[in-house]
Amino acid sequence: MLKVGFTGSLMSSVNGQAQVDVEAGTIRELLSRLVQRYPDLAEHVDQGIAVALDGEIYRDDWSKPIPDGSAVFLLPRIQGG
Amino acid sequence: MNNDQSFTDQEFKVVGTRPKRPDGVDKVTGRAKYGADASAPGQLVGLMLRSPHAHASIKKIDTSKAEKLQGVKAVVTAADLPDLTGGPGDNFYILENCMARDRALYDGHAVAAVAAIDKATAKKALKLIKVSYKKLPHVTDVDKAMKPNAPIVQPHIQQDGKPSNIAANYEFGHGDVEAGLEEADVVVEKSYKTEQTHQGYIEPHACLASVSPDGTGELWVTTQGHFHFRNVCATLLGMDISKLKVTSSEIGGGFGGKTHVWIEPVALALSRKSNRPVKMVMSREEVFRASGPTCSTSMDVKIGAKKDGTITSAFIECRYMDGAFPGIWGMLGGMTAWACYDLKNVKAVGIDVLCNRPKVAAYRAPSAPMMAFGVESTMDILAKELKMDPVKLRLHNVAREGTRASYGPTYGPIGIEPTLEAVKNHPHMGARLKKNQGRGMACGFWFNIGGQTCTDLNIGVDGSVSLTVGTVDVGGSRASLGLIAAEELGIEYEQVKVHIADTASLGHNDTTEGSRGTFSSGMATIFAARNAKDELCQRAAKMWDIPVSAVVWKEGKAVAKGKRHNNLAPLTIQEIAAKSPTTGGPIAGHNEVTADGAGVSFASHICDVEVDPETGATKVLRYTVVQDAGKAIHPDYVEGQFQGGAAQGIGWALNEEYIYGDDGLLQNAGFLDYRIPVCSDLPFIDTKILEIPNPNHPYGIRGVGETSIVPPLAAIGNAVTNAVGVRMTHVPMTPPRILKALDEAGG
Repeated sequence: MLKVGFTGSLMSSVNGQAQVDVEAGTIRELLSRLVQRYPDLAEHVDQGIAVALDGEIYRDDWSKPIPDGSAVFLLPRIQGG
Repeated sequence: MNNDQSFTDQEFKVVGTRPKRPDGVDKVTGRAKYGADASAPGQLVGLMLRSPHAHASIKKIDTSKAEKLQGVKAVVTAADLPDLTGGPGDNFYILENCMARDRALYDGHAVAAVAAIDKATAKKALKLIKVSYKKLPHVTDVDKAMKPNAPIVQPHIQQDGKPSNIAANYEFGHGDVEAGLEEADVVVEKSYKTEQTHQGYIEPHACLASVSPDGTGELWVTTQGHFHFRNVCATLLGMDISKLKVTSSEIGGGFGGKTHVWIEPVALALSRKSNRPVKMVMSREEVFRASGPTCSTSMDVKIGAKKDGTITSAFIECRYMDGAFPGIWGMLGGMTAWACYDLKNVKAVGIDVLCNRPKVAAYRAPSAPMMAFGVESTMDILAKELKMDPVKLRLHNVAREGTRASYGPTYGPIGIEPTLEAVKNHPHMGARLKKNQGRGMACGFWFNIGGQTCTDLNIGVDGSVSLTVGTVDVGGSRASLGLIAAEELGIEYEQVKVHIADTASLGHNDTTEGSRGTFSSGMATIFAARNAKDELCQRAAKMWDIPVSAVVWKEGKAVAKGKRHNNLAPLTIQEIAAKSPTTGGPIAGHNEVTADGAGVSFASHICDVEVDPETGATKVLRYTVVQDAGKAIHPDYVEGQFQGGAAQGIGWALNEEYIYGDDGLLQNAGFLDYRIPVCSDLPFIDTKILEIPNPNHPYGIRGVGETSIVPPLAAIGNAVTNAVGVRMTHVPMTPPRILKALDEAGG
């Protein structure tokens, strides 16, 4: 079971919870299960989202496996200049 | 193994050396082709007609006289660029910015364009286009735009059911900042402002567009991301993506400003209508008025701390002026604000606000320098209140591996503490200062990103290597990628030539932004080279007629393993390549990768200034940049990035700003009145590269291009404050602002 952290507007989309428990083996599975449970999150996922696994930020590779016990955090998608 | 992105911790032979830049000769001899250097038979000159008003409703555009002028081949308005995007959203805003629809939203907003046989004819034609405007109230100041009765820029954007200029509101943090203030022995708070600046790239936007009657098209353009330009232009014009080929030119500076399309869809529309190639080159005035500068901001910061320096509460709210179209600048700023520190109670609020100014674009670590100005200035105020050394205060609260970042995740290995230790021990910090001189320091953070990348590595029959990548070389990536290919193959750097492919020659590559070029294309290059090494071993095995399992690649040669084969002399890449026609044909490696796991980056800067108390003029005397690079592939370029970011930050801190009149018109759209620093304004910028490897890259690479612009506003602000004895809260710290601050303080 993963403990997934949220902040700001993403937290509002999961009923104001700072942390949610989810069973998922990959980023794709994680997002799919979260959207299923919290439909308001879909808009953020569509707009672009990033997932931090143990502090490293993954923006694109949804097939990335999530090791057991990883610290998982959802973030808005970042871009740069 | 081939696609394993884990850090290898290997000894390098080529990486880390400083060979001559591969594009140097062409650039200094004028051979290099920039955006305006493309030409095609029968090409026309395209020019844009721009709004003279800050905000106006467009009642009618009469192009009939212009169309009848001899030599005019096409005139386009919004009617020629219908909305195929489905209404308000990112692509619609891009379309509306490229060509105004029912309203001109800022001074310089494009309202029509012409293509003619020469520039003189095109200029005449622009004068013949009659636009009936109805002027509307405007707002160009971020704080005024948030007031209840402010003129509304985009009426469909609403807050609480009413039209509003507040486009978005982002919050980040954890803990309870109010409770943290209760715990504090000392509370400091301050408000700040930063003005709008332009990236100031020397090469203006330029392109040559050609659309054929068969629906295919080509675009030659100066850009940081030709694949992105292709996708956006094709979408806006209703073309198949694969039928538009985009070739990127050499780029004369981008810094984020060339991640957006501005004139390119219009050039394509003109070409489509005229059935001729059309070249468009922005004037400098157009670049200022109608390409994407960064945000102006206003912000409030509050920090509570214990007497020993432990921060108990950290808060910032920053209002970002987005121009006429919504961006994500408040989000990026909010995530970066407190990233350098380990904080129990922290909150950052970033608000995006619309104004009648040009669409804001990214500028090197977009949004981070402004919040860093507020945070790092207030950190210095706190240090003074606590009578504590400012470096010691920062070290006392510094984020480390395992710290929960203010934007959410927990950090892996990071480099802010080592940069602060390096600053503490740097000779610069101990150097003596004279009268009217001051020293300041500040920290900064940027994420860095990875993304989609793909490369081809082809080995010629002479053993030389052609590496083809799709990330535009903005800051030296051809040199760094050549070094990486040479390192991985075990050959000399001079044997590798790096090319930037057009969009028809490689799979999609994300834009060179977010300091991703060397990180992501470097990863794809390593993987492609590993593929090529496998193939080279296969070919050697065929040449020797032994199993491939008995061949390894070592120091640039195929070596036969085991006693049975120890009579076989190693085969060089040249020897294997020479036989390639009879061992299976061309030898190549290829890779496409989504390079995630970019390591975050930190920097700490030191600055000495002297302020003339009579004139308020500031001279930067000495400047030192300390930054974590992960691994400096070509240290000259890394140092150049550090110096470039600092130089741009110095300009932003002391001189540069967009000045709008009460009429909402930009008053200083040129380099005479918008003064970027020149060599004589700058000291030699000293650099210190730290190398804390990124565990998610085989060579430990982190991006290096952006972080260096984050600390300068605050480092210089702290230095000026220490020189004049009055806290500076408004960037740029121009002589009039410094004199005003001194007057107000009774100095």
